[in-house]
Amino acid sequence: MGGFGHYLASHLVTMRKEFWFLFVGGVANGFLYGMVAVGYTLVYGVLRLINFAHSEIFMSGGFAGYFVMKALIGTSSPNGFATVYLIIIGIVAGGVVGAVVATLLERVAYRPLRKRNAPKLAYLISAIGASYFLFNMAGKEFGRYSISVPQPYINHTVFTIFGAPVQLYYIVILIAGVIMLLGLDRVVATTKLGRSIRAVAQDAETASLMGVNIDRTIALTFIVGGALGGAAGFLFGLGTGVVYTMGFTPALKAFTAAVLGGIGNLRGAMIGGLLLGVAESLSVVFVQAAYIDVVAFGILVAVLLFRPTGILGERLGRAA
Amino acid sequence: MLQVTDAVVRYGAITALHGISFNVDQGEIVTLLGANGAGKTTTLRMLSGLHAPSSGSINFEGQDVTKTKAHDFTTLGISHVPEGRRIFPSMSVEENLEMGAFNRKGSFSDDMERMYVTFPILKDRRKQLGGNLSGGEQQMLAIARALMSQPRLLLLDEPSMGLAPMIVETIFRIIGEIRDSGTTVFVVEQNASTALHLADRGYVMENGRIVFGDTAQNLLHDERVRAVYLGESVEGA
Repeated sequence: MGGFGHYLASHLVTMRKEFWFLFVGGVANGFLYGMVAVGYTLVYGVLRLINFAHSEIFMSGGFAGYFVMKALIGTSSPNGFATVYLIIIGIVAGGVVGAVVATLLERVAYRPLRKRNAPKLAYLISAIGASYFLFNMAGKEFGRYSISVPQPYINHTVFTIFGAPVQLYYIVILIAGVIMLLGLDRVVATTKLGRSIRAVAQDAETASLMGVNIDRTIALTFIVGGALGGAAGFLFGLGTGVVYTMGFTPALKAFTAAVLGGIGNLRGAMIGGLLLGVAESLSVVFVQAAYIDVVAFGILVAVLLFRPTGILGERLGRAA
Repeated sequence: MLQVTDAVVRYGAITALHGISFNVDQGEIVTLLGANGAGKTTTLRMLSGLHAPSSGSINFEGQDVTKTKAHDFTTLGISHVPEGRRIFPSMSVEENLEMGAFNRKGSFSDDMERMYVTFPILKDRRKQLGGNLSGGEQQMLAIARALMSQPRLLLLDEPSMGLAPMIVETIFRIIGEIRDSGTTVFVVEQNASTALHLADRGYVMENGRIVFGDTAQNLLHDERVRAVYLGESVEGA
């Protein structure tokens, strides 16, 4: 009896440890999904279209971060303040390149269609074409194999929760994610740029009557979404390495997160990202590790079937 | 102040305005009457850059604004209250008013306070979402929002649409006050009687053409107007 009780107790300890380990990883992934998901949802808000080339913004940010880390770190092993600077530089590099790629996409793949009042299907085809162009271009230029990114720190366990280790990498994602998502939320809620993005999302024509330049607002929306997507690409690459196809699955999951939260709803995308990250990670405990992607996309199908408006998307075009 | 000359507007193959000409002078209230589909809304949309004329010209205060883009009109001094009010549904009353002042430099809190004095109900509802207001409140908000850009010419599209008679009366009283405070008003209206009682002059549109124009007094007594727009049976008309 005592033996069994002891076995159960130790088993529970192991399970609890595993749960928290997966939970922490899930939250970190969730922040990355959230940072990418806001890009989908912002662009959906102002254009009513899914930017399916957003995955390549993420990939570009990953490569930008890789090249900057390679140039700055080389074979050294930075620590302390150097680590902080390097991470900030990597995020900025990923963000800038993500914003540039997003701007190019808007100019080349979307704006010409918009000026001709093209049907929605044309945008979708254009997006898929742009996406294939970009990742194949990256494959040709950077090789078709995964490259690990020089690390700006020596990854180690910073502290433990119920015996589960919390690594520095996760803490970096957490801090960067919180700052960027909260920052974005405040920008959209309180600044003039944010107000113009919301106005265009709610009623573009009336926004123009108020003096909002629609073209400019759409371009800025792509820049903002692209910056967060590119920064997320850098953070993702730090942990997983970079490869020309790296955008595909994470971005599709971020899209799932955006739908889960209610497409067009900014906070919904953030919440959706966190929920999806945690849910797929914990599926390791409750189902099996091999089912992670099945669970993630199962959620997409379930949301589309049972609650197509998502968690917060009570009204179309509500961007905040 | 505003001079439209031979303006033609096309939607693809369809010609919505067949070369219309009219003018609005400083300090007037001018109304544009006409049946559904006559081209009244298209005329207003043309005047605020939402539909550029394919030929003809629009001149505002001596400046050619024929090709000016919609988002530049508030800076020029023309503000448009669109048909159906078009309040931003997920913005608060306050934010809707701020949108009206989008291109203004500097503080506009004085004007905001003035709007709350003119429309006290908006002050009570300032934190509520625009989408949760009643039709009359939304119309007041739409007018207040348009005034936030300090226009010299205010364009109003069917301000009485779908509103109870008492509210319509309030709205039109306020339109009169707006004119008295120095803003010229160009108003499109189906409710011809109310519009003509307030306006200085009016134009009548049919099938994309302005068929005639006169002082509001004369139009009120014009047989064609009485027969068609005031719903009175006039013999021989």
